[in-house]
Amino acid sequence: MGHRTALYQSHIDAGGKMVDFGGWDMPINYGSQIEEHHQVRRHAGLFDVSHMTVVDVTGADARQYLRRLLANDVARLDDKPGKALYSAMLNEAGGVIDDLIVYHLQGWYRVIVNCATRDKDLAWMSQQASGLDVHINERTELSMMAVQGPKALEIVKQCVSAGRAELIDQLSVFTGKDEGGWFFARTGYTGEDGLEILLPEADAPSVWQALIDAGVVPCGLGARDTLRLEAGMNLYGHEMDDATSPLAANMGWTIAWEPTERDFIGRGALEAQRREGASDTLVGLVLTGRGVLRAGQSVRVPGSERTGVITSGTFSPTLGYSIAMARVPAGASGEASVDVRGKALAVSIVKPNFVRHGQALV
Amino acid sequence: MSDIRNELKYLPSHEWARVEEDGTVTIGITDHAQESLGDVVYVETPELGATVNAGEEAGVVESVKAASDIYSPISGEVIAVNESLEDAPEQVNESPYDDGWFYKVKPSDLSELEDALDAAGYQAAIEADE
Repeated sequence: MGHRTALYQSHIDAGGKMVDFGGWDMPINYGSQIEEHHQVRRHAGLFDVSHMTVVDVTGADARQYLRRLLANDVARLDDKPGKALYSAMLNEAGGVIDDLIVYHLQGWYRVIVNCATRDKDLAWMSQQASGLDVHINERTELSMMAVQGPKALEIVKQCVSAGRAELIDQLSVFTGKDEGGWFFARTGYTGEDGLEILLPEADAPSVWQALIDAGVVPCGLGARDTLRLEAGMNLYGHEMDDATSPLAANMGWTIAWEPTERDFIGRGALEAQRREGASDTLVGLVLTGRGVLRAGQSVRVPGSERTGVITSGTFSPTLGYSIAMARVPAGASGEASVDVRGKALAVSIVKPNFVRHGQALV
Repeated sequence: MSDIRNELKYLPSHEWARVEEDGTVTIGITDHAQESLGDVVYVETPELGATVNAGEEAGVVESVKAASDIYSPISGEVIAVNESLEDAPEQVNESPYDDGWFYKVKPSDLSELEDALDAAGYQAAIEADE
């Protein structure tokens, strides 16, 4: 038996098909993954993401500490309480230890990292805090749910107190706010508008049920994966890992090179890579014919002897054909071919961004 | 609890075979298989007129989650394929033993099915997997 979230029984009651996910018993779907996916694009879906790791960083040196720990610069959040930032946390060689979201709250920071990387992340974060006035406090007592889709905000507001509904009205995109032990953030992992909500475990099942009663559809980790892939969002362990540079994972935009004197961990290695020019790049692939692209399949691109590899692939429920993200030799464009069980299937190389706000981008 | 039908023969790899009144054999995948695969998005059946061999690959079924080979429970000539799966692969999920059939064979040796599992044997095979 794996770890169970406070919503485990809610999943069983809703007919969730439970699977092991990074040591947690989580729902992969509640019937049809494709139907859940469509609900998020067209209406609103509800995800239990309590397996994610929430870490509060406090202390007089918190800002200085995060400016060294992260490739993006939390100084961009100064004077913007509530604002969030997406960042890589790099090792000295410039590999990605994890990707995360950091929120700037009143004088402290809330960091949300992945579940499968929890142990190494916490060990690394503690090690880097040595000698600083920094406190790292994991919030295991909180549940986390994501409500995503064009109707998400409207429905959540109906299910919470008037004060919290007002707070949601004031939340601009990519900001978060804490309130009475709860935390609302207008963030997500689907390419749709929506909220991520942290709340005490004891409150989670009744809120979950209220949202379902208000018409939000429970969605499993299967739909979460097809949604994020359509939205061109990376998944740790697929698009990047300890041995992958963020420059080869379409994460160049998350690296704050300025100010040049900010010495974040991994900076030296990344600057060397930037001088030499990246050897690999992350692209999107589209297969309009029959078949489904899968992680691990090899990609042949024009003008290169070296092959690339699919990092994530799936059938796209919104588009009705298969899409993938692939790491290929830099500069590749146009048509490519993928080895699908011995057959070379023709695919088009596109930007790794397929669907946003319900609209096809390819 | 998945649906296992008494009148069918099964492979441990989750294909079913039904001997029709005219002596032909219809092949598909089981309710348990469709449930483990999740939403089916493509089915690659053998070609009409092709010869399939018992225990060998005869096609592929792809779900959102994974690709899975289809093994033929019996040898023979393929005399029909379920073309409606091209536009409506979800029939495999909704009706695995009826509308979601894959292909039909004129068997070269019907006794090959004696080696296949009956309903109780297949039930036991699923339970051993879990």
